[in-house]
Amino acid sequence: MLNGITNILVVGIGGQGVMTAAEMLARAALKQGCDVKKTEVAGMAQRGGVVSSHVRFGSKVYSPQIDPGEADLLIGFEAAEALRWLPHLRLSGVAMVNTLRLAPPVVSVGLYDYPADPIGELAGAGIEVHAFDAGAIAEELGNAKLVNTIMLGAIGDYLPFPAAVLRECIVEGFRAYKPKLADINARAFDAGREAGHARAVARPAANLSIE
Amino acid sequence: MNAVVHAKIESRHLLSGNEAVARAAWEAGVRVAAAYPGTPSTEILENIALYPNVYSEWSVNEKVSVEVAIGASLAGSRALAAMKHVGMNVASDAFMTQSLAGVVGGLVIVVADDVGLSSSQNEQDSRYWGRFGHMPILEPADSQDTYDMVKRAFDLSEHYEVPVIVRMTTRVCHVKAMVKVTGQRIEQTAAGFVKNPRRWVMTPANAKPRLPAMHQRERQLQALSETCDLNITFTGDDRRIGFVTSGPAFMHVRETFPNAPVLKLGFSCPPPLEKIRAFASQVDTLVVVEETEPLLETEIRAAGLEVRGKDVLPRWGELAPNVLRPAIKPLLGEPYQLPTRPQSTVFPRPPTMCASCPHLGPYFALSHIRNLNIVGDIGCYTLGAGHPWNALDTCTCMGASLSMAHGMDKGRGESDEKKSIVAVIGDSTFLHMGMQGLLNMIYNRGNVTVLLLDNRSVGMTGGQENPGTGQDLHGLPAPRVDFAKLAEALGVRPERIRMVDPYELPAMVKLVREETKMNEPSVIITNRPCSLTDRFERFQPYEVIDDRCTGCGNCVDLGCPAIFVSRRETVTAKNGKSKELIFARIDVNICTGCHMCVETCAPEAIVQPRPQNRVIRIQPHA
Repeated sequence: MLNGITNILVVGIGGQGVMTAAEMLARAALKQGCDVKKTEVAGMAQRGGVVSSHVRFGSKVYSPQIDPGEADLLIGFEAAEALRWLPHLRLSGVAMVNTLRLAPPVVSVGLYDYPADPIGELAGAGIEVHAFDAGAIAEELGNAKLVNTIMLGAIGDYLPFPAAVLRECIVEGFRAYKPKLADINARAFDAGREAGHARAVARPAANLSIE
Repeated sequence: MNAVVHAKIESRHLLSGNEAVARAAWEAGVRVAAAYPGTPSTEILENIALYPNVYSEWSVNEKVSVEVAIGASLAGSRALAAMKHVGMNVASDAFMTQSLAGVVGGLVIVVADDVGLSSSQNEQDSRYWGRFGHMPILEPADSQDTYDMVKRAFDLSEHYEVPVIVRMTTRVCHVKAMVKVTGQRIEQTAAGFVKNPRRWVMTPANAKPRLPAMHQRERQLQALSETCDLNITFTGDDRRIGFVTSGPAFMHVRETFPNAPVLKLGFSCPPPLEKIRAFASQVDTLVVVEETEPLLETEIRAAGLEVRGKDVLPRWGELAPNVLRPAIKPLLGEPYQLPTRPQSTVFPRPPTMCASCPHLGPYFALSHIRNLNIVGDIGCYTLGAGHPWNALDTCTCMGASLSMAHGMDKGRGESDEKKSIVAVIGDSTFLHMGMQGLLNMIYNRGNVTVLLLDNRSVGMTGGQENPGTGQDLHGLPAPRVDFAKLAEALGVRPERIRMVDPYELPAMVKLVREETKMNEPSVIITNRPCSLTDRFERFQPYEVIDDRCTGCGNCVDLGCPAIFVSRRETVTAKNGKSKELIFARIDVNICTGCHMCVETCAPEAIVQPRPQNRVIRIQPHA
């Protein structure tokens, strides 16, 4: 993490809870005594557009934006979105990706193609990629809205502070505003954390042979 | 309730710039706050509304909001108006004259420029207004700055009896950053309006003597700018380049060139030219980094200083580190290599209308009728210009649809002779400025078919209230305008005012077809609420029975994001021509059961697994 600043990019589609997840990361960092900035590029995002939320924290943060090639962590709520933001991730970075594939209307009507294997492409770029189906875990827990907590759990052990800090931030928030959902979110975080430990996706053989 | 309402002194909070404005205004004792929603400024009023002892309102447009604030100020109250950059154009008539007359209670105008156009139709630089209207401008660089400067702005406004502009940008409004709360509410008493016609009645005779007073005030502000602690010099070891900068560009400069001296202008208008001169003498090259126009740069050059700026930096867009680095490094004689990371080739994901959006019906109709010129407006329905409808031909500014359509009718060219002119506008935009255009069109015997898409909300900015929704900023019941009666009062013949349920597609298409053929103005009013608001009721999703789907693709033309293409097939038709079949399915997680697509499906392949009584869902607003 360069200059003591951690750069986390959270990406997905409007309505997936990307901005809430980024806010949780920012709050956890603030609790750790860090200076924090969080910014979005979310023009008209609620209408199915791309959302990317930048979280930067450390001793002193100036610019809120993460430069291309400067993100330490990439949290992708959707497979193609994770691939879209690959140029923002540094080569030593880690991508935590939900394997969900959401094709927009321009794809479903045939104007563009959805990438055949976005996770494989990410791994092929030489970065550490962990991918899992967060939706399936959410379904097992009985609430599709848990995906963002699961993704936060998954990244928990890749942060420069203990995962417990982030977990407590999330649970505390629910206790204050939606107490009925506090326990299930704690469980979602733990389930995500376990999923995040899964072995990194192997780089495709084709790409390895090029080197 | 936002926790920061109860924030204690010395506590630290993660606040957006907009939230910081609200907290600071409340602490400063603001008594009246008004705004019209507009990205990226909308959350300012939404947050002020959470604080006690402040009267706050959604005004019908920005000009009205500024006039409300002016009135409160003349009564002695501290007042605030907030708007996006283009709102300043609307409001300018009010503040350009009030700057001459002056103010009593502190009057702060917060303007949010959309540098980078994340959600706007242009990228204008609101710092011009300070020069144009002889008003001081404060430019915060982040949330803490915003919090500190808004409080200062009220004092400044009262002391110099001048409206003060706080100029923010998207990258300040919507960035969440740490704010240390340093105060609590200080109640400000209002003395009440003191009659003084020579001061407040801006007839030529009264306005003329205000001119020297206004310029005298500007000289005082110029002097203040030179000594003001909002203009701060950051020393640096590397004196090859010294930066003069303001707003969020300061953060980018600091990030990119941490060892360079920087003069940060928080009080940027009038600019502290002597301070800049002194700063310039300590560095080899002076570079101005400002978003977006070369305003300071021109003024500094006019003061006789050598300065670089827009000769190397872009004149538009954000000046983020990845923009600064390639522009400035060559000035230092340092090579700069663009990052060699691969560029993404992922498909675009343009914003779309939502599932069961009540605008889908009208656009389905417009996209199926030939020979129309469709003049659009500002709102979610601007998306009608996109795929698959391609049924919006212009978009300029708030309310322009009706008046531009009227002009297009009166100025018809050869190719327009057989065309009908349609104006498309939403409820809030109509009330903001559109109704003036309708009045004008009726008065001048125009011939335009108006589609008034009443979704009972300011949709694009997140579903705010307006005089057409029946609720106010606080969600409390409010008098609700009757659009049909209003149109009639403006002079539209009652026979040509047609209410329609946009979910009833055949009726929708038939009505638009009929009305566009009329040789007189007509107003078609749709009556379904925005599907993202609480007024919308979800129903059981529909699904496609694959065996029945014939691949006609009609439902796909609706543009509903819940409908997706499951497969394509090229077949040879009876006439020997090849034809593409498009088979569709419905994503039950997105579908809300609005039933609009059912009408497009001849083979009745779109069904509800467990049918409900469709009658109960027909609850268009009265």
